[in-house]
Amino acid sequence: MENNVVLSMKGICMTFPGVKALENVDFNLKKGEIRALMGENGAGKSTLIKCLTGVNKFEAGEIYLDGISGPIVNKDTMDAQKKGISTVYQEVNLCPNLSVAENLFIGREPMTKIGTVNRKKMNEMATKLMKDLDLDVDVTQNLEEYSLALQQMIAIARAVDMDCKVLILDEPTSSLDDNEVAKLFGMMRRLREQGVGIVFVTHFLEQVYEVCDGITVLRNGTLVGEYSIEELPRVKLVAAMMGKDFDDLASIKPEGSGDKSKEPLVIEAKGLSHTGTIKPFNLDIHKGEVIGLTGLLGSGRTELARVIYGADRAQTGTLKVKGEEVNIKNPIDAMNLGMGLLPDDRKAEGIIGDLSVRENIILAMQAKSGIFKKIPMAKQIEIADKFIEMLQIKTASRETLIKQLSGGNQQKVILARWLATNPDFLILDEPTRGIDIGTKTEIQKLVIKLAEEGTSVIFVSSEIEEMLRTCNRMAVLRDGAKVGEISGEELSQEGVMKAIAGGAK
Amino acid sequence: MKKLKLSGNNILLAITVALFVIMYLGGCIVYADKGFTHFQTFLNVLINNAGLIAVAAGMTCVMLTGGIDISVGSLIAMDCMFLAVGMETWGMKSPVLMIMVLVIGVVFGLVQGFCVAYLEIQPFIVTMAGMFFARGMTAVICKDQVSIVSDKLFTAISNAKISIPFGGYENKKGIYQVPFIRPTVIVALLVVVLVYLMLKYTKFGRSIYAVGGNQVSATLMGLNVKKTKLLTYTLSSFLTSIGGICYCLNTMCGTTTQASGLEMDAISSSVIGGTLLTGGVGNVLGSLVGVLINGTISTLVKTNGKLVSSWANIITAILLCFFILLQAVFAKIKESKKA
Repeated sequence: MENNVVLSMKGICMTFPGVKALENVDFNLKKGEIRALMGENGAGKSTLIKCLTGVNKFEAGEIYLDGISGPIVNKDTMDAQKKGISTVYQEVNLCPNLSVAENLFIGREPMTKIGTVNRKKMNEMATKLMKDLDLDVDVTQNLEEYSLALQQMIAIARAVDMDCKVLILDEPTSSLDDNEVAKLFGMMRRLREQGVGIVFVTHFLEQVYEVCDGITVLRNGTLVGEYSIEELPRVKLVAAMMGKDFDDLASIKPEGSGDKSKEPLVIEAKGLSHTGTIKPFNLDIHKGEVIGLTGLLGSGRTELARVIYGADRAQTGTLKVKGEEVNIKNPIDAMNLGMGLLPDDRKAEGIIGDLSVRENIILAMQAKSGIFKKIPMAKQIEIADKFIEMLQIKTASRETLIKQLSGGNQQKVILARWLATNPDFLILDEPTRGIDIGTKTEIQKLVIKLAEEGTSVIFVSSEIEEMLRTCNRMAVLRDGAKVGEISGEELSQEGVMKAIAGGAK
Repeated sequence: MKKLKLSGNNILLAITVALFVIMYLGGCIVYADKGFTHFQTFLNVLINNAGLIAVAAGMTCVMLTGGIDISVGSLIAMDCMFLAVGMETWGMKSPVLMIMVLVIGVVFGLVQGFCVAYLEIQPFIVTMAGMFFARGMTAVICKDQVSIVSDKLFTAISNAKISIPFGGYENKKGIYQVPFIRPTVIVALLVVVLVYLMLKYTKFGRSIYAVGGNQVSATLMGLNVKKTKLLTYTLSSFLTSIGGICYCLNTMCGTTTQASGLEMDAISSSVIGGTLLTGGVGNVLGSLVGVLINGTISTLVKTNGKLVSSWANIITAILLCFFILLQAVFAKIKESKKA
């Protein structure tokens, strides 16, 4: 093996039923290098990582790890960990019912002389670890007491602490805000100095250029190339991922954006609130308007949307839909009023893994029409095929189980589910999170198209750029309160930043 | 000094304990004339339910992993029949038989655990098969009711009284009654203490919680989920066999219908004690209190004398609903706090 190389994968091949997931893929990582693993959804990034960590069995190819002679095959994640390969996954994979300290040390707890877990020492070690990483956490509390972002940081802390040679970060930043991302990058740079090789999977292009030394690009299960960061500027990276030239998304600035305030009102919220999550707010939404909700993670974006939809019941205030005052008690009421909500945690709230693509698409329609009026099969197939075609959902067939699809395609299926109900008003909560740039663009275009056809949309996203491209108006939230609205001239990166930070209104 | 956190789960346990105390004190007030206030009444609850306590401890572990074991009642019947026939028909010595019963428990649990963990069959189905098998086997060993009379050691253990140096009373004839427990109570309480320590302080114990909390995460964190499950089901059947011996020491016989429905008593005790059927949350001490609550209900109904014993079931049903509602409410509160 070459000097300085910590990990080398050669000619990895792997097949899923009906799909060639990886074909002859190489991957090399040096000591003290942060290498981005890039590719669109379904390009094979997750599969490659799972082959490395022993979750998936690959059919051909070899993996070499520094310090171990001969090719290695990991039986499972534990095996990989022992060899020095640690992973933090896209979704937080810890146990919510255990304490933070236990989540950090489970499987390798400090023991007492009589062979029991030394809780005191474990808590001390955990506290120290948290302090080193500058996290303010009571390690004896259950993990579920903390926010998703903190849980993610704890997951990373666990991996970091395991004396690893190779640290794999699979979309670690998708649930973190800028501040936390900065902290994480600090952590990554420190590890780089210690000689750890880091594989960084992300969809945020800026982050790649901020922290990475090299980029490996995959497309459709094959290797496009391994580059140093200088060799591959942003535009070329996008081109490499998509396999075509692409002028950095600039092309989709909507023509129809602008003032929709003359259109009739679809939603009028006055003084709506939900104790503990969102303070009373007013919000008007016009027909065909795209409203962005912006603010830091945890500022109440999701919560505001949930109150309007009735997922959290409003305790004060009134809501008018198309001029009529309504009392939304639960999501079914909202659906009957022509609303749809695409939740941000698609794993927990959105997809039903063991149902097929068709069944997942039909779900909301079925719920709306009542469980006793079954939608005829021919109609179901027609609808499913229509949306698979329209949203370009990559699936082996309409009867494939949704859990076999990649993250971005799952997201498209859920989107299709709501589109199938022909909603007048759609809430999209982080619809583009964890999705590749090509699909992101498609979804943004789709949102604009929907708005042109008269659907009103609430669009929640952490990416200001994409909101600027899609929204007519933006509501700014801070600490669970709506603090302002921006539109027209103020709709710029700077204007939004200012509003979030609290300088200007 | 660590501050006692009153999180939702602790509150549930506190409510269970409070409910038990209130119920018991209520019994003391209403049935004071019928001897409910005697310390011995409480001890009798322990004596009568010693077997169930051991079973519930094992059941709690299984439920913590998110599973269920409905074979326990039948396994107890099989254990009892095996002991009775062993002593009376085959003329074997009780120590040998007791060890054999424990070994049978381990093997029984290993098979069930293997099916659940490695063949990935639903625990309900696997243990239902185990339930039918053990109940059938009981009848195959012997169709009659067999009473244990010949084995001196077994009879001696069964009749042994361990005196408690306080809490006695004078009966109507003025003779001082010393409160006592049976050896089975010591065994059962020892089981609870050991399981409690095991769950809290051993790798295996924490793995059980991790598996119940999120199985995928547990796998990804490098825990051996399958082995944990296998061992949990083995533990359950092993503790059930200990419970079976205790049960047999109480009844001193083997019958084909013995301990039918006991699995449900164990499950309901765990649930009342704060164990979630979905896994990951619960505590074996809660299950002990759960058993005591169930035992107190039936004692109350018996003490009343006029009520049919079926009323105990109805009260248990109401309690179960109450606790499940309570758990749901706390889960909801927790969620809204977090958001």
